[in-house]
Amino acid sequence: MLVLVRRLGFYLLAAWVALTVNFFLPRLVPGNPVATAIGHLTFVNAQVVAAIKAQFGIGINESIWIQYVHYLGDLLHGNLGVSWGNSFEPVTNLLGAALPWTLGLLGVATVVSFLLGTLIGVALGWFRGSWLDWLLPGATFFQAIPYFFLGTVLLMLFATGLHWFPISQGYQTTGISSVEPGLNGAYILSLIDHGVLPASTIVLTSIAGWMMGMRNMMVITMDEDFVLVARAKGLSPGRVVWYAARNAVLPSVANFSLAISLVVAGQLLVEIVFSYPGIGYLLFHAVTNQDYPMVQGIFLVITLVVLAANFLADLVYVALDPRARQVA
Amino acid sequence: MSTNLSTLPTRPTTAVATPRFRALRMPRSPKVIAGSVILLFFAVLAVIGPIIAPFSPTHTDISWVHVIKPTTLFGSSQIVPESPSGAHWLGTTIYANDVLSQLLVSARATVLVGFLAGAAATVLSILVGVTAGYLGGAADDGLSLAANVFLAIPGLPLLIVLASYVPGADGSPVLIALIVAVTGWAFGARVLRAQTLSLRNREFVEAARVSGESTFRIIVFEVLPNLVPIAASSFLFTTLYAIGAYVSLAYLGLAGSDIWNWGLMLMQAQAQSAPASGWWWWWAPPGVCIALLGCGLALLNFGMDEFINPRLRDAGLSRKDARRAGLRRRPRLGFTPVMRRAEMPVPVMSTAVQLARESGTAGTRP
Amino acid sequence: MSALDPPVQSMVPAAVPVTAVPPADPVLEIRGLCVDYGFGDDAVHAVTGCDLTLRRGEVMGLAGESGSGKSTLAMAAIRLLRAPAVITAGEVLFHSKPIGGGPERTVDLLAAPDRELRSVRWSEIAVVLQSALSALNPVATIGAQFDDVLHAHRRSLARSERRDRSAELLEMVGMNADRLRSFPHELSGGMRQRAMIAMALALEPQVLILDEPTTALDVVTQREILGELMGLRNRLGFSALFITHDLSLLVELADEITVMYAGRLMERAPAVSLFRSPRLPYTHGLLNCFPPMHGARRPMAGIAGSPPNLRAVPPGCAFHPRCEWAVDRCRHDVPALRPIGGSHREVACWLHEGAGVVPPELSLPDPATTPARGPGTVIANAGAGL
Repeated sequence: MLVLVRRLGFYLLAAWVALTVNFFLPRLVPGNPVATAIGHLTFVNAQVVAAIKAQFGIGINESIWIQYVHYLGDLLHGNLGVSWGNSFEPVTNLLGAALPWTLGLLGVATVVSFLLGTLIGVALGWFRGSWLDWLLPGATFFQAIPYFFLGTVLLMLFATGLHWFPISQGYQTTGISSVEPGLNGAYILSLIDHGVLPASTIVLTSIAGWMMGMRNMMVITMDEDFVLVARAKGLSPGRVVWYAARNAVLPSVANFSLAISLVVAGQLLVEIVFSYPGIGYLLFHAVTNQDYPMVQGIFLVITLVVLAANFLADLVYVALDPRARQVA
Repeated sequence: MSTNLSTLPTRPTTAVATPRFRALRMPRSPKVIAGSVILLFFAVLAVIGPIIAPFSPTHTDISWVHVIKPTTLFGSSQIVPESPSGAHWLGTTIYANDVLSQLLVSARATVLVGFLAGAAATVLSILVGVTAGYLGGAADDGLSLAANVFLAIPGLPLLIVLASYVPGADGSPVLIALIVAVTGWAFGARVLRAQTLSLRNREFVEAARVSGESTFRIIVFEVLPNLVPIAASSFLFTTLYAIGAYVSLAYLGLAGSDIWNWGLMLMQAQAQSAPASGWWWWWAPPGVCIALLGCGLALLNFGMDEFINPRLRDAGLSRKDARRAGLRRRPRLGFTPVMRRAEMPVPVMSTAVQLARESGTAGTRP
Repeated sequence: MSALDPPVQSMVPAAVPVTAVPPADPVLEIRGLCVDYGFGDDAVHAVTGCDLTLRRGEVMGLAGESGSGKSTLAMAAIRLLRAPAVITAGEVLFHSKPIGGGPERTVDLLAAPDRELRSVRWSEIAVVLQSALSALNPVATIGAQFDDVLHAHRRSLARSERRDRSAELLEMVGMNADRLRSFPHELSGGMRQRAMIAMALALEPQVLILDEPTTALDVVTQREILGELMGLRNRLGFSALFITHDLSLLVELADEITVMYAGRLMERAPAVSLFRSPRLPYTHGLLNCFPPMHGARRPMAGIAGSPPNLRAVPPGCAFHPRCEWAVDRCRHDVPALRPIGGSHREVACWLHEGAGVVPPELSLPDPATTPARGPGTVIANAGAGL
């Protein structure tokens, strides 16, 4: 399992790079924008201002390295500062509340998109040249639409237009049909009801990538001898497709890191469109209010989520490809 | 199949595997043509858009004051934008600005940022990828690691952090393009490195090295020409990413409000609840433009993929081709179609003809 | 590694021409097979009007340069060619007489429905390709791939029986049964090809099609595997269609050899006859590519020029531009395969039909009809030639 240890080491390195960028960026750019932003703050007590100044290295006499050590220590304790766009609550608390929403939506949408896209891709590759090819231009179009625009279109059609789905929020919080969070049927139904449109948006825009990738790999894999030999063995058609698909899916899993970055980016914007109570929604307010601690916290958390997802993909890859278990 | 049929002319060989300047011949598939036409259209729009725009994007139509409708909710009046008309083909915004003019003017910055960022990222990825792939060793390890780290860190959040800290980013499309390029070069670098690595050991590069050419000359004249298809593909891909990223930044309000672009239009429309209010003429056109432009890039990229990897092309495989040739169904893997020709196609002479010939012309050995 | 039959000796009986015994009944009959790549006007005629008969228990060698259509012919016979290949004429009759007993029947593989073709494949006609690494599924263990075959064709076998049978098969080709748990990339090239051969024999097929099975291997492994293969043939009694560009290899293995050029059959003869007394200028050229270790020194001529582009096959005999004895007729008319010197051999060459003077090189005495020359010397020579 040396391979996985090495991958883990790589992700730790990537995480370290991300949080170092996070630390040095506000200190190194000319004319620290945080300092300017603090000037605009109103109703702030001196304690908060001092904390913010310490966090961003404004008017601090400590050397930058000592600040860096403090910063790392703070991170270890989960201290990301306070959000000044949100009544000075700790960023960690706000992120903690938003993260499950984002992870839930991201997880469901990514899994659905990957499975569905891969299945369609298998069919597209296997039945190349059939009527199924007409899916390709359509998928291309959806892939090229910005996430938030497609989200808006779906919102228009199915929420404000047809009233099939709610317009915003993660679950019903107001009105007579408001539900109490918890393990009850009404709440879960409400979750699903509110999640369908955002998830569909993500699936529709990201599915084309999996589809095209899988289709192309199927086409390439079907040119391999072992698929022909599967035919020569007189195996059932399903088994022959399996031989090809099982091998063709490997690059899709290997390319997961690239895809997940794009999907996460899209998801953040989709949450804004649907006022979904996830991290994207926080991001929108943070950016609008120049809430720098929040922006930084979000960057860190999203980076860690993506790196963790990548590591999961690596685990899956090693499980799927015996050749990856050897240390090169 | 690794049979001896590799010498048959119908079996495609990998384009990249063939050394030297095959790079610029693009296949003429419908995808490539459609993609090129779309890209050309938007390129022209980027140049002439601001010139042919009937109004300034911030020009306020004074007849706008007429379009005030009572709303039922609070019994008060609400200002609404004007729907498409002869005067404003795509209607107006809530600020009584001409949507068509905004759309035309916005084309320039959107396309410019996309292509500039794509170009900058491609240059960066060629520099890193080719250096890493050609030099190998520690340089390769370091550069590859850097590329992989950049690839693993999610692009948009990094972009947002950068854009919110870099001073002046919200007023300068060029600066934004450079920031986007910084977050978007890693993918191309990885692909180019892999290709350079395989080119490095090819005979023609080896020959140049043995004949004492400088590393720089070998890279520029032997290696780079063979990277053109892959670099082009990564350029298209990065441009697609860059346009999406720029529009997203603008939509989040991080690209300023001075430079008109389609993301800014969408942001303003969203801020005034245009979608929910049914003012489709305001928010739909910029979205459709972005989607179309992205489509053009994606189509061209597919064409590029098929060029780089000819196995992706359907060589007489489609049902249409098969039917034209008289096959009843699409050829399937492992069931070679049998299509008996009515007449014997082969010029094997019948015995009678042969006998007749033999009796007449019996050649002698020269 | 090779704990099996001593390799070289076991090959010898296979190469002795059996002229006295009446020929065995055919197991695979290819008649008038034509294969095109592409449709319509763009079509390339890769195989043209080929007739080939594989007899029960015999080894037929199919030789030719790259692009001569030898693989195309064999793969077309079981319809395994990829698009854009199209079979445009002919029939392939498989006369089934199961080795373990069972009903006899004749199937036209080109007309058989998918289901029937699938049931014949591997259980009666199995294939071994050049590269075992690419022929084995890289993500499945060797054992799983054996299991697939047994499961698809022997429904009645239980899981444990399938595993036992797989282990037995691996041991048959001199491999440890532990290897069932290995993935293809964990085996050496020779091991992979052994595993592939064991897999091909898993269902005791009547016909084995070997498409350059040892070309990718080093010479020592090549000889080991061929030795084992011939030993297995003697034990299991399958027929084999052995495709190679290496004529000297065939002389040891094959009962009969067919030479192809530009998609046509050009010469067919018992292995020894073909090797000792080629009748076709092309065969003569091919044989001259290998230097003899013993015997008189002769000039190494080889064949001038290169194999024809199938898009622009020369008119007349496709070989005439490279043929030193070509006459006028060769430039205009395509020769057909005709019996020569009795029924045991055929050649497609105008020289032998009175179009020109047959040079002495092409009229050496045929060992199959002149018993004075024993085949043993040929074998010794050929063996040394490697």
